[in-house]
Amino acid sequence: MSNTRKLTMAAAISEAIGQEMERDQDVFVLGEDVAKYGGIFGATGGLLARFGKERIMDTPISETAFIGTAIGAAAEGLRPIVELMFVDFFGVCMDMIYNHLAKNTYMSGGSVQLPVVLMTAIGGGYNDAAQHSQCLYSTFAHMPGLKVVVPSNAYDAKGLMTQAIRDNNPVVFMFHKGIMGLPWMAYFEGSTNEVPEASYTIPFGQAKVVREGSDLTIVAVSQMVQKALIAAQQLADSGIKAEVLDLRTIVPLDRAAVLASVRKTGRLLVADEDYLSFGLSGEIAALVAENLDSVALKAPVRRLAVPDVPIPYSRPLERFVIPQVDAIVKATQGLMGARQPAGAAA
Amino acid sequence: MTPTAEHKLWMYEKMIEIRQYEETMAGVYLEGKLPPAIQKGLAFDIGGGPVPGEMHLAAGQEPVAVGVCAHLRAEDSVVGTHRPHHFAIAKGVPLKPMTAEMFGKDTGLGRGKGGHMHLFDPAHKFSCSGIIGASLPPACGAALAAKKRGKDWVAVAFFGEGASNQGSFHESLNLASLWRLPVVFVCEDNKYAISVEKVDSTSVAWNADRASAYGMPGVLVGQNDALEVYEAAGAAIARARRGEGPTLLEVRTDRYLGHFQGDPETYRPAGEVEALRKNDPIPRLGAHLRKLGLLDDAADAALRAGVNARVAEAYEYGRTSPYPKPEDALLHVFH
Repeated sequence: MSNTRKLTMAAAISEAIGQEMERDQDVFVLGEDVAKYGGIFGATGGLLARFGKERIMDTPISETAFIGTAIGAAAEGLRPIVELMFVDFFGVCMDMIYNHLAKNTYMSGGSVQLPVVLMTAIGGGYNDAAQHSQCLYSTFAHMPGLKVVVPSNAYDAKGLMTQAIRDNNPVVFMFHKGIMGLPWMAYFEGSTNEVPEASYTIPFGQAKVVREGSDLTIVAVSQMVQKALIAAQQLADSGIKAEVLDLRTIVPLDRAAVLASVRKTGRLLVADEDYLSFGLSGEIAALVAENLDSVALKAPVRRLAVPDVPIPYSRPLERFVIPQVDAIVKATQGLMGARQPAGAAA
Repeated sequence: MTPTAEHKLWMYEKMIEIRQYEETMAGVYLEGKLPPAIQKGLAFDIGGGPVPGEMHLAAGQEPVAVGVCAHLRAEDSVVGTHRPHHFAIAKGVPLKPMTAEMFGKDTGLGRGKGGHMHLFDPAHKFSCSGIIGASLPPACGAALAAKKRGKDWVAVAFFGEGASNQGSFHESLNLASLWRLPVVFVCEDNKYAISVEKVDSTSVAWNADRASAYGMPGVLVGQNDALEVYEAAGAAIARARRGEGPTLLEVRTDRYLGHFQGDPETYRPAGEVEALRKNDPIPRLGAHLRKLGLLDDAADAALRAGVNARVAEAYEYGRTSPYPKPEDALLHVFH
């Protein structure tokens, strides 16, 4: 059995990359400030010293060029991990991501293989305003051809990163800044957990029940899982048993796990840090709606998400638009007291 | 183009104001971000205190802002960068609402929605962006508007040397030259794109050399010196006003502080900042003014007292202004 120790999510991601680089000479990293700086959010910390600048490559601020380079190198059989510093910066390079990385496999009838990991920082909570605080996983998940991984803790992050590097398809690996365990940003301590030293994988498309409960299901990803766990503990103190389901990947999406949990509890709250409309929360709600023949709801589905405004800078404004622990508690209490929807089974 | 005595004194005062503004912010920014006020185990909390989030300060880069903006009129447009305070101050953005914005207050330029990287002051024709290379295309647009309206207004895009490797730089230079737009592209070369040195990111030694590829003059100002920037910018802005098209200006400047406040700066050689500070452009211009008899101790002290009072007043205004109501977050998505 492998030894485990507590690791931050940043260290777990970096460890997974390092182990895969040792295992496979074709794996390399490129991006802004990934080498000397070790990644602005620490995802490549310590790797330059071990692997040198031929495999840990600082790039110019040229996202179209270096993400395109990752695509071209992958088509030649290499396995690039390319970092987009903040997901918000997708704006300058989305053509490479959406029209090429996501589509070339399909347009080639499967003859082109692109084993690229596009790794990027997401999320707000530290007042960095509208161009540095978005989640956008729903945007990437909306586009056919990209797998989308959104871990909530160090253990999952390591296994999912290893899986991502070994996957022969484009994987967008999105880490929330507020669970990386950085020494310069407040974070949710539940995200720093026991991680085996040895390499391991976690298959995509397998959600995890991170807290069992019978009264309602809270579906979440990334930092929102940590908030949901704190909320669930508070709810337990008042006698409400919330089940928390961490999707872990949203492409592929573990639909069966969502349905199984909601069948059990009869109530669904989706807690999401992405924008409300046309996104993850709507997708989960639609999944349940499409299966009402086998899911008996005791209350209407409830969604918590950013209310379709850009992320504001000012602290009271940001706290208002990004769902917080108290909002999850309140929404849950509302759900527990809600009327049964018309036609619902008892 | 040699500056008048009035312009020289203006540049000197504005540089002092910018420096005072940035140094004050460096102190205010640390409030509430250090132990023991923060989460246990952290050394620093970027989201703490009255001015949270990232903070990019421009101490050392004052000559670029004042040497260019000294030539600008109220009708001219400036588009800045993620490190925008020196440009905003030099363009005449009022300190009080600018500072209130950084405190996230309802009296701020953006009513607390934007923060320090996203300052919008249409009344003073100033804007900026947190996205690298994002200043050049909108500056082309401001220049196009001036041209369409038959005005001799110009637009200035400031950007860092790191931005010169973005597509937006190359696309904008081509478009501006093709359409002979009255725009001046000003590259602030402070050597570092966060941790990545220019020599590791850029295929040519000088971005000014890239101008020839787009059929426009490229001018390198090799010294972090307000008078030299003034001279080069004057020619470029006059050319734009005459309708002769764009110029690319590159200024070698120095960043005294981190990329952001809290940056460990392990990528800098030891002693680099101390060496750079020995070449501080503010005392150099002061000495020049004294030599010309335009400044003496009493005038310098009076000028500095005035600047300090203005800056202190702006910070007090920012600190004591009210926050917006939380639900105001829902306003302003659309007009």
